[in-house]
Amino acid sequence: MNDLIAYQQEAASVWEELNSNDMPLITVGNATCGRSAGSIDVVEAIQAETAEIGIDCNVIEVGCIGLCYLEPIVSIQKQGQPMVVFGNVTLKQVKKLVADYLVNDQIPPKLVIGTIGEEKIGDVPKLFELPVLKPQVRRALKRCGFIDPTSLEHYLANSGYSGLTRAFDVGPERIVEEVKLAGLRGRGGAGFPAWRKWTFCREAESDQKYLICNADEGDPGAFMNRSLIEGDPHALIEGMIITGYALGASVGYIYCRAEYPLALERLRLAIQQAEENGLLGVNILGSSFDFKIKIKEGAGAFVCGEETALIQSIEGERGMPTPRPPFPAVSGLWGKPTIINNVESLACVGLIMQNGAEWFAEYGTEKSKGTKTIALVGKVVNSGLVEVPMGISLRELIFDIGGGVPDGKKFKAVQTGGPSGGCVPEELLDIPVDYDSLNEVGTIMGSGGVVVMDESTCMVDFARYFLDFAEKESCGKCVPCRLGTKQMLTILEDIVEGRGKPEDIDLLEELGEAVMAGSLCGLGQTAPNPVLTTLRYFRDEYEAHIYEGKCPAKQCKEFITYHILDSCIGCGLCLRNCSSNAIIGEPKKLHWIEQELCHKCGVCYEVCPPKFFSVEIRTGELKEEPA
Amino acid sequence: MDKSLQVILQTFEGKKEEIIPILQNVQDAYSYIPERSMTDIALFTGVPESQVYGVATFYAQFRFTPRGKKHCMVCRGTACHVNGAPRILEEMEEALGIKQGETSEDLEYSLETVACIGACSLAPAIMVNDTVEAKLDPKKVRKLFGRVVANE
Repeated sequence: MNDLIAYQQEAASVWEELNSNDMPLITVGNATCGRSAGSIDVVEAIQAETAEIGIDCNVIEVGCIGLCYLEPIVSIQKQGQPMVVFGNVTLKQVKKLVADYLVNDQIPPKLVIGTIGEEKIGDVPKLFELPVLKPQVRRALKRCGFIDPTSLEHYLANSGYSGLTRAFDVGPERIVEEVKLAGLRGRGGAGFPAWRKWTFCREAESDQKYLICNADEGDPGAFMNRSLIEGDPHALIEGMIITGYALGASVGYIYCRAEYPLALERLRLAIQQAEENGLLGVNILGSSFDFKIKIKEGAGAFVCGEETALIQSIEGERGMPTPRPPFPAVSGLWGKPTIINNVESLACVGLIMQNGAEWFAEYGTEKSKGTKTIALVGKVVNSGLVEVPMGISLRELIFDIGGGVPDGKKFKAVQTGGPSGGCVPEELLDIPVDYDSLNEVGTIMGSGGVVVMDESTCMVDFARYFLDFAEKESCGKCVPCRLGTKQMLTILEDIVEGRGKPEDIDLLEELGEAVMAGSLCGLGQTAPNPVLTTLRYFRDEYEAHIYEGKCPAKQCKEFITYHILDSCIGCGLCLRNCSSNAIIGEPKKLHWIEQELCHKCGVCYEVCPPKFFSVEIRTGELKEEPA
Repeated sequence: MDKSLQVILQTFEGKKEEIIPILQNVQDAYSYIPERSMTDIALFTGVPESQVYGVATFYAQFRFTPRGKKHCMVCRGTACHVNGAPRILEEMEEALGIKQGETSEDLEYSLETVACIGACSLAPAIMVNDTVEAKLDPKKVRKLFGRVVANE
């Protein structure tokens, strides 16, 4: 224990030195989102550029601060000045940024986002005062984007592993008590109180117990866990050691998606660092507690997010759920008591032990305590990773933090909880984001994916999309799920492809209820949710498809036609790009579309210059079916 | 037994729980799971061949035909879907001349869809080998893969 305290002190002085010495500190967001926007090249360019000019500086790669839409993000801290954060710093901008700010102290107005620190620089706003960040409360994500995730020292210097030392001081019973007082509910989806699940496992008698971290973030549209692991991997490791200690488990598994190569790399390194420093292994920090962590890579099966299926997968089987009881907490991995917690839940355990239960429960609602990380994506201006107090309204989340819908379009719906969740219409946007309120309107909190849709999203097609997902991912064990999702998908395909029949709507509802009632696991029990909620709130769209031959969102190919308007000047762009030779016209003369030949790929609509705006999509102008 | 398979198996103990990691290593080495390797894995782990085959076919990650040098995965996550992923897939199929699930005859390209690559804020996105190409539109796809069309 003394070694750790000495190391923490040493780390603190290294961190202090990094932030206060006369060399500028440059951080580059280099998580998956940053990398997708080209951050690896940006790091190299900054190093090359500063070396060429002869400026000594510390360049470190950090995780994601959540403003994914502004990547690549570069922050520069000069001695005695607040840190200045710049966005959209592409390769081309590096030279300018270095010359303008590092050399000449001029802040390029087009790149700057805000400053971090007490002082202000001119009229540059403070980062955390920006509308996108102000309503946020960053706790689980506090270190993400500010520390180097490959550095144990950076983690230690920012209260890292202080939760673990406290946990060892107070002992297992007190840890469970604090987690109970904090009101921590599982962050993976169902929101089951963590302490209660733990208690089942603690009370089970066994020579061996296991802790599994579920990092198989399978919900399409969600990446909270990925960002947390990529930006702050030790937060998860610390939470796992504490939880393992509280449970009396000596082995922990992290079941992580293979589609997250960077997260896996960060985890492997963090585990190695923890082992080298006596934080994992035998007699951790001089105590009698032994704990090791193994990584299991998932192999691409959504159903493995379900506890019993995940266990099957670790055991080397097909990931198919088994009936409960027995619950894994009593009989799980290899028949031993096993606790499965989500990444964010485990990171929260670390936070609770670092800061206390009261601190954790400061935010949130009566029944949903704390903060929640959310992946805010889809048709929203500021798309990225956010962390908000539980109980914030969906409207604040989408319009204040998210900045609303882009391109002047109209908001239509928001989907929470991934394939198991449902769609919420505009009139319900004032409900609070917490486990119980979302359940009341027919959706779920889920792991935190929030997908925003605008007027151009067809709700029937959206339901079809999720059923297609559920049908593909159904493991096939329960007949209602295996065949029911298939039948529902077929009906939805019929509707979006123009073969819908009036009785289809009732049939969908009937099938949906049967699938929910007759399935063993959460996948089947929730698979119909996207259909049932869209039927509840957007029935008119289903009816428009079936009765009027219209797709109100103008998305479903069967129901739309493309037309060239009189404003066409005959530039020929559409004609050259049309792959089905359906566009006819002479240069500088009005073009037209031969409907018989048109495949409705939409390329004409995409390429027509906005100043002419000459291609129009119409719905409900179907040709008469030949008798 | 194939040499490189032997090398892979040497790093394991032969337990049943190792089947998935072994298959992952085999796929890394060969770019797919050769049928023959499943027999060897069954012998090595002491489980019936049918069971190894059952596991391999259950998980979406495993493929049974070689993949192209450039393996293109079109994300069909929710955020990508609402931001036009179906259109991106169409454009990719046209540009590469193959349908999803197929590999081009010269083994240069293979194309498939994946559940979600987690680049939701940068939708629509695809992954080419380990690199994410983000914020795509049909034009960008044509630019990225235009080479293929030019060759045809």
